[in-house]
Amino acid sequence: MNHLFMPRNAVVVVLLLLLAALPLYASLAGNPFLVTLFTRILILAMAATSLNFILGYGGMVSFGHAVYLGIGGYAVGILAFEGVTSGFVQWPLAIIACALFALAVGALSLRTRGVYFIMITLAFAQLIYYFGVGLDRYGADDGLSIRQRSAFAGPIDLSNRTQFYYLCLLLLIATIYVTWHLVNSRFGMVLQGSRSNDRRMRAIGFPTFRYRLTGFVIAGAICGLAGALLANHTGFISPATMHWTRSGDLIVMVVLGGMASSFGPLFGAVVLLTLEEALPLAIRTLATPLFGDVAVRMGEYWQILLGPLFLLVVLFARGGIDGLLAGSRRD
Amino acid sequence: MLLFLEQCLNGLQFGLLLFLLAAGLTLVFGIMDLVNLAHGSLYMMGAYFAATFTAWTDSFVAGALLALLATLLLGMILEVVALRPLYGRDHLDHVLGTFGLILFFNELVRIVWGPAGLSLPLPTGLIYPVELLPGLFYPTYRIVIIVVALVVALFLYVLVMHTRLGMLIRAGASNREMTGALGININLLYTLVFGLGAALAGLAGLMQAPILTVQIGMGENILILAFVVIIIGGIGSIRGAFIAAVLVGLIDTVGRAFLPDLLRLVLSSRGASTVAPAMSSMMIYLLMAIVLVLRPEGLFPASGK
Repeated sequence: MNHLFMPRNAVVVVLLLLLAALPLYASLAGNPFLVTLFTRILILAMAATSLNFILGYGGMVSFGHAVYLGIGGYAVGILAFEGVTSGFVQWPLAIIACALFALAVGALSLRTRGVYFIMITLAFAQLIYYFGVGLDRYGADDGLSIRQRSAFAGPIDLSNRTQFYYLCLLLLIATIYVTWHLVNSRFGMVLQGSRSNDRRMRAIGFPTFRYRLTGFVIAGAICGLAGALLANHTGFISPATMHWTRSGDLIVMVVLGGMASSFGPLFGAVVLLTLEEALPLAIRTLATPLFGDVAVRMGEYWQILLGPLFLLVVLFARGGIDGLLAGSRRD
Repeated sequence: MLLFLEQCLNGLQFGLLLFLLAAGLTLVFGIMDLVNLAHGSLYMMGAYFAATFTAWTDSFVAGALLALLATLLLGMILEVVALRPLYGRDHLDHVLGTFGLILFFNELVRIVWGPAGLSLPLPTGLIYPVELLPGLFYPTYRIVIIVVALVVALFLYVLVMHTRLGMLIRAGASNREMTGALGININLLYTLVFGLGAALAGLAGLMQAPILTVQIGMGENILILAFVVIIIGGIGSIRGAFIAAVLVGLIDTVGRAFLPDLLRLVLSSRGASTVAPAMSSMMIYLLMAIVLVLRPEGLFPASGK
């Protein structure tokens, strides 16, 4: 079969071209909000890609992945607050902090399985969430403003929106490439084998715990970088970034886009976050002829549609968007 | 000393409240193998129902009974409409589907009751504290909560261990197909169990309502605590949930009250007041981590699973 021309690949190419051209369109249309929105989408797609690496390929349902966004963000925020603005210090530290935290959490939680794993990752995320709430020096519950974006040498200037957008796009593509490469390496094969049948993998001599732990740490480190980007993007970090519902959002992105697919998390992030923007508008427009002024208020209630939509995706579209595009049901 | 006793009672009260939530969660998980994140939403609905019905009937007791009935019905409807298709699916699907339900319920509450919270006044007659020991005054309402929760715990024990329905519940938990093959209507059984769990969550919500404000998302943080409880206690075990709930309630409350003083012994007073709030919130999660490292199945793993 000529799989180069599968609808999925066509969609990936078109999506990437659109993403690359977006800042140009935004400046022509005079709508800078688009760049802001899509920078956010790219960053969260990166976080979702890292989650997909362990969730989709490794079968580890981590329900505390947003905590790495928080740790990465706080690394940038706290360093900036203490006067260290160099990105060469901030970003590696964000990544290292997340990797170390993932190492500790993974070493403990990978001893458990199934729903215990889901809950223990969630509990560790809560631990850090409350730690953030207790950080009096760094704003506690109210969070911390980051006045200056990470400084890099030479022509790289992150306060330039377009440049920052392209940096995020570049890092996202790099993340997708790296995870794709890892997944198809021997390491990734062991990881996937352990998802399908861990006992058999151990029986043929693979110390799967080490492989799974390594995967867990890699995912945490990548998400830490996404956290550093997110903090730079919003200029703000607060415990709310790592609230457990944010972790839920990341899982939604992965499953909506299609688990265990390279571009699935990107699809998921684009669709979920544009739906969040578009649903209120769509409800308002559709309802105005019918309900008049009430429609404006109805637009605020878009989440009442989004929730059941998740349920429908779970029930009827298990392969997510990627599965629909690939045209075959995955189980 | 009196302060310590009072804090212990507070901890016991909070722990028993957690037990009501955790019992429903662990029943549903143990029997249907369903991870239900929307359990916190049922807790919230219980509180909102109670606030509304109390305002209608002008009586806390009548409002509470109606709210209990309403959450029972809501739970049964929810099970039939939304959750039944999720049985036998992956846990990830449960997490995602019921996460969607949380968004749905939060938005539903916003539409029906508005974004501002409600308050439910304390029932008259329970406002004044009673003197438990010489010098130890304790709010009557909190004692009522403790008594009600203990009665419910006893009721659950009798129900599960000594009635025909309880026997069916246990049978359904250990082997679904076999129980069905013996002519038991498993679907009906599941709907009943889920309704029971929902009513327990509703009871916890409506009893907590006069102490806290009734607001959107009130069930989300306490839901995580209830999950911690059932993980520590061992999933599927009501006895484990009871012990773990009381343990978590005590550690959380007593820790919050006395940790700052304890830390002041080792740290400077400024350092202690900075670290203490974070430390006391984190303690129960640390406890859970320790339990999971030593006993990955929880303290009281449900037998036969």
